[in-house]
Amino acid sequence: MATIQEQISNLCPAAQFDTDGEFLLVKVPDAQWHALAVALKGELGFDYLTALVGVDWKDELGCMYYLTNSTTQEIIHVRVATADREQPRLHTVSDIWAVANYQEREVYDFFGIEFINHPDMRRFFLRNDWVGHPLRKDYDASPELNPLRLDDEVNEDDTYTLVEDEQGNVTRVDKKVFDDDEYVINVGPQHPSTHGVMRYRASIEGELVKKVDVVSGYIHRGIEKMCEDLTYPQTLLYTERMDYMSAHINRHCLCLCIEKALGLEVPHRAELIRMMMDELMRLSSHLLSYGCLTMDQGATTAFFYGFRERELIYDIFDKTCGARMSMSYMTIGGVVADVHPDFVADVRHACDKIEKGLKEYHKLFTGNVIAVNRMTGVGILKQDDALSYAITGPSGRASGVHCDVRKTHPYSLYNEVDFDEILEQGGDSMSRYMVRMREMEESIKILRQCCDMLEAEEGNEYIAPKVPKIIKLPAGHWYQQVEASRGAFGVYLESDGEGKPFQKPYRLHFQSPCFNLVGIVDLTCKDNLIADLITITASIDYVIPDIDR
Amino acid sequence: MFDFSVVTGWIDNFLTGTCGMAPWLTTTIECVLVAVCLLLMYTVLAMFYIMYERWVCAWFQCRRGPLRVGPWGLFQIFADVIKMLIKEVITLWGTDKFLHKLAPYFVVVASMLVFACLPWGKGLQAIDFNVGIFFMMAASSLGVVGILLAGWSSNSKYTLIGAMRSGAQMISYELSIGLAMLTIVCLAGTMSVTGLVEAQSDTWFIFKGHVPAFIAFVIYVIAATAETNRGPFDLPEAEHELTAGYHTEYSGIHFGFFYLAEYLNLFIVSGIAALLFLGGWQPLHVIGWDGFNAAMDYIPSSLWFLGKAIFVSFIIIWFKWSFPRVRIDQMLALEWRYLMPIGLVNLVVMAVLVSYNLYFGN
Repeated sequence: MATIQEQISNLCPAAQFDTDGEFLLVKVPDAQWHALAVALKGELGFDYLTALVGVDWKDELGCMYYLTNSTTQEIIHVRVATADREQPRLHTVSDIWAVANYQEREVYDFFGIEFINHPDMRRFFLRNDWVGHPLRKDYDASPELNPLRLDDEVNEDDTYTLVEDEQGNVTRVDKKVFDDDEYVINVGPQHPSTHGVMRYRASIEGELVKKVDVVSGYIHRGIEKMCEDLTYPQTLLYTERMDYMSAHINRHCLCLCIEKALGLEVPHRAELIRMMMDELMRLSSHLLSYGCLTMDQGATTAFFYGFRERELIYDIFDKTCGARMSMSYMTIGGVVADVHPDFVADVRHACDKIEKGLKEYHKLFTGNVIAVNRMTGVGILKQDDALSYAITGPSGRASGVHCDVRKTHPYSLYNEVDFDEILEQGGDSMSRYMVRMREMEESIKILRQCCDMLEAEEGNEYIAPKVPKIIKLPAGHWYQQVEASRGAFGVYLESDGEGKPFQKPYRLHFQSPCFNLVGIVDLTCKDNLIADLITITASIDYVIPDIDR
Repeated sequence: MFDFSVVTGWIDNFLTGTCGMAPWLTTTIECVLVAVCLLLMYTVLAMFYIMYERWVCAWFQCRRGPLRVGPWGLFQIFADVIKMLIKEVITLWGTDKFLHKLAPYFVVVASMLVFACLPWGKGLQAIDFNVGIFFMMAASSLGVVGILLAGWSSNSKYTLIGAMRSGAQMISYELSIGLAMLTIVCLAGTMSVTGLVEAQSDTWFIFKGHVPAFIAFVIYVIAATAETNRGPFDLPEAEHELTAGYHTEYSGIHFGFFYLAEYLNLFIVSGIAALLFLGGWQPLHVIGWDGFNAAMDYIPSSLWFLGKAIFVSFIIIWFKWSFPRVRIDQMLALEWRYLMPIGLVNLVVMAVLVSYNLYFGN
């Protein structure tokens, strides 16, 4: 069988290859990129755009595209760059992988790369009057350029497309997001059901939602920018501030990525503790998600039931990590301290309680005729849309996409435990809800196996004995993904191998699952009622700090 | 059973006889007295209901409810009332100022009008006229005007959607309430509030009219929940969709009026349910159990009425804290496809029952 490398060089003779890294790297000139992308999806089956990372290589500006074949789970990555720093332009792939729409807007925001033929070239996070592109290495961060602005953004409806004709001439076409006669309501940034400071502008006709425009960035903290000025152990801190409901899992991912770059072996017991923390986190997150979904539909009592059980998990975190949120427990090489002596007993107790609680939830909410009517068939996401929009996690699995990273690219000790990947076929809000409810049962199953394993390994070390005091990575780039509570969370880490005495990441990008989730709001809410908008956003269950980073 | 008309008669005698006042003056003084009593009652009941719902809801939700301010958190409500009274009433730019200020009064006056007609106990009723129950319905419909005005005058898209929903909802569900009332009026043969209560002295209507009366009761409770904008029918204020619906832009005591009226309306619809189905202030009587009936008569009539109303309120509160909210199309479908046709058929069944004397009692 012709290798992928050969197939790609047949399709695009100009492509250069690099096989030294963990995945095959393809370097493509921008002119051939769009045609190759079409072929990669159509002929080679790379239908899932796992990550799109903008990077400033100083001599070049460009993007790294991580592509996954959803059938074989093979990953390649493509580097497309331009040497023009004054007016950098690349071709869009948002017509091939829909997820690229928002991802490219983020790259435009931070690197100033304009994407030719992109339908809606606006900044994604920053205000439209922001001066400069912050993640460029030559960015001028002086406060005079971007003072704290207290006035409204003007012309927030303005957008444009760079249209390329047959001869390759690019012209700018200005557009408006909403027409003047549309009835647009603001849902957010201060709204009870947006789960944080998210803002939708929804065009409605009576009670029907016609179009939703996502306005993001209200709590954008520039974590990626800040990380470029921190040492590796310091960057760990920020992972917990993104999706705070996957705090352990996100941190685990960055630890794994740095350990991979260092070639560091983590003790079995340390990895086991990490995995248990991950699963506890997942349980806690799904319980919260249950609570919020019921709350958003007006069933306030169900919300409290979810919180009652979640408290048990927080108590476990509190005992072992010393904090209920932002635990800062995992570290490069293992975990910072051994588990509390009661840990296993507490986990077992919590598992029993949650199992009992789940039955109660089903009795109170799942079977309720109003709940069934409000969720069944509402906000359907088809399987091919889910792939195109790179929807992973419970929302992706509700549309029948096999996307559980614990199964597709097993990390940690997930190979050693027995659990099932939950798949539903409906793709509606009810399926998304049911996937979470059933995943909790799987997490309990994993935790119970882990408890036995942990007892058998009593007294083994919880951190690798030889972690370097100062972390120095060789030049190169790495990508690591894990299954966070809401989908595949990825870390792109690039090191230039320089920096004394403390090395800082050259580029650290977090591919957060919620960023992709928010991309389907317009698709799923269209032609549904206002009340359905709330149900759908609650059922896809994003966390705003994870979108905004 | 103690008859409160003794007390009211004595006051009347005292004013006209002992003090020798002119009839117009007596009437004026009596009106003022009644109004003061009712307003006091209105406030006290509102405060009680706010606490009542908090306690019941805390109980459902595995919480302890208010307990910091005073014993069992009893003074919490006073703190809340004072807070609401001294908060600033904010006038927003771009609102229709006159209508914006008028709207809460519409709502609160409508609920006071109905409140005044309730039969509080034997001989304890502000006014009794032959179309009493009809008047209650008419007066309570005024409230929707206030809500529509509030939503319209606030110059906000959320309030407008809330008001539109409210209009659609209240007008639809009033039909079901009317049909349920009509079913009972058909059984009683009178619209007078006193007449309705007196007719239940041997058996309450819910037992007397058995199946159709029970169906009417169920329809009434569902429709009343919708009529008072309470969960699962709280679409006009649907917190998670419209932040606070039609009263989003209100503050201070103007918001307080909506809040007050909402709780009082809960009491009022429960009170009407008690009046129509559960015998008003009549004690529980079982035909043939004379000893039991006599014992029941020792419980004061006012307690009977309040107890029944609070019991019905408990059911409505129970709905709110168990069910998710319905969607606007589902809500309208429930009314027009199910409740109203069932109510119509039920009315016919009741008419047949009455014509052939198929009900219990005499």
